[in-house]
Amino acid sequence: MRGGLILMAALALIALILRPFGRLGGRLLMTLAPPLAILLAVVLSVLPARGAEIIGALSQTRVSLTANFSGSEILIFGAVRHDGPADEAEPDYDIIITIEGPRHPVSIWRKARSLGIWTNVDAVTMASVPSFHAVATTAPLERILSPEADAEHRISTAHAIRPEQASGTVADIDSFTEALMRLRTRDGAYLELDRFVFLDRNVLFRTTVTLPANLTEGGYTTRMFLVRDGAVVAQYRSAIFVRKEGLERWLHQLAYDRPLAYGLLALLIALVAGWGASAAFRFGRS
Amino acid sequence: MQIYLPIAEVSVNMLTLLGIGTGVGMLSGMFGVGGGFLITPLLFFIGIPPAVAVATGVNQVVASSVSGVLAHLKRKSVDLKMGTVLLAGGLVGSGFGIWVFRLLSEMGQIDLAVQLAYVIFLGIIGALMFQEGLRAWLRTKRPNPKRRKLHTHTWIHALPLKMKFRASGLYISVIPPVLIGILVGLLAAVMGVGGGFIMVPAMIYLLGMPTKVVIGTSLFQIIFVAGFTTVMHAVTSFSVDIYLALFLIIGGVIGAQIGTQIGARMQAEALRVLLALVVLAVAGRIALDLLLMPDELFSIRVVGRH
Repeated sequence: MRGGLILMAALALIALILRPFGRLGGRLLMTLAPPLAILLAVVLSVLPARGAEIIGALSQTRVSLTANFSGSEILIFGAVRHDGPADEAEPDYDIIITIEGPRHPVSIWRKARSLGIWTNVDAVTMASVPSFHAVATTAPLERILSPEADAEHRISTAHAIRPEQASGTVADIDSFTEALMRLRTRDGAYLELDRFVFLDRNVLFRTTVTLPANLTEGGYTTRMFLVRDGAVVAQYRSAIFVRKEGLERWLHQLAYDRPLAYGLLALLIALVAGWGASAAFRFGRS
Repeated sequence: MQIYLPIAEVSVNMLTLLGIGTGVGMLSGMFGVGGGFLITPLLFFIGIPPAVAVATGVNQVVASSVSGVLAHLKRKSVDLKMGTVLLAGGLVGSGFGIWVFRLLSEMGQIDLAVQLAYVIFLGIIGALMFQEGLRAWLRTKRPNPKRRKLHTHTWIHALPLKMKFRASGLYISVIPPVLIGILVGLLAAVMGVGGGFIMVPAMIYLLGMPTKVVIGTSLFQIIFVAGFTTVMHAVTSFSVDIYLALFLIIGGVIGAQIGTQIGARMQAEALRVLLALVVLAVAGRIALDLLLMPDELFSIRVVGRH
């Protein structure tokens, strides 16, 4: 436990030092990550402790949505400590990393033909589904995690969306929750990254997850699981905060907090831009 | 280059937006129409939520009408009294349209309503324009065209509440212009269009207004109704995206200048037939979406968002 605390403190310290550098700091952390993790793993191994542990860090804990935001690559890395000597003939550990975006209520509609026209007819609502969900693993999920452990920790997408909360008057609710997963997977909001986590000498692990361009604002919970024999033996939690920045943030807030002022601003911009641009063209021609 | 739109909450290619703005601007410069009826469906096609497409489309209409209305005011080709009567109807229609829009959004049927409105209105108007344009085009080829009667007495002249419109040289009831205004306001709120394509023929054929004041007066009404609708959409559904509007406006202004140059070199009657074909093509494309079985039957809507 002590080793873990020291490692956590060290990682927090590094993140704190690099924070003012923003993106550059993030990149610097990316290049420094592997040697850093090795160093910390050494510290971890020399300290006496009981039980297996997993500890990790993120290359950045803040993502800013600005007008030219086109997605962001997050490096997740860390170290594992075994509860016995590493060279013993015991089954290897596996790592599962999940990132879950802010939850929101959705309605899923299904079109059907009525009067010759395809229209939305049936709907199923779900009170709280993740806006983003990624699962990165060292090996295919179903091979390393038992269904019970998956259900308990809600690791796979099928469990993360909590299909049991779906409500509607249709007979086949399952096809709606499946459609939710299919559509979100197609849009890159739900990701299954089998074998995307690299585990080095059963100690160091790292993966990169690409966050898509159309992110929802809020906290993104990152969980790292150490699994063995299909069961979770240790876990670690961290978070990424995604927020709109700069002019976009200001406009978004204005639109929702003072809609009248925002509407008048939109009107003014349209008037000035429409008149100004054509005046400029007239001036240019004469 | 991708840009993130803060209200639509999607990332789209900046060049796509500028391209749509320029393309529609070219058409509006060539044909002298606002182009809202093309912008809004094109925004649907690139994945902008319908509520945002409609509200932002109507904001773009303000920009594309403002320079036109100033030019007409300078030329005194605006019937301000008639414009005000149309405007009064327009504000009522817009307010009602905003309410209908919200109701349909909550029922999950706004996409269908907007699409149906487009198919019906563009289909009818396109067909009428095509027929009328074709007839006019053929007439120019005949040596002695038949003269149209200057004034015909219809049921419209029997209605009460008559008022004098000096600039138009009319003494008619205010009921028909108010009703036209209401219809146009409703279309602005639900479809994100200026409504010139309905109002101009209605003013000529139903009210019998002289052609020289029709465009200026309709632009005068459109600019106020579109402005009012923009603010109402912003207040009731938070769906006006300033970034999106700005790109469409910039593209639109450039396109309009190019379009005006092209339009000046083409025959007016041929242009009308061409515009009718564009309108029919848009209506046909949307109708196909409704009639053919979609590839994906399911759609997700985040509750409380567009």
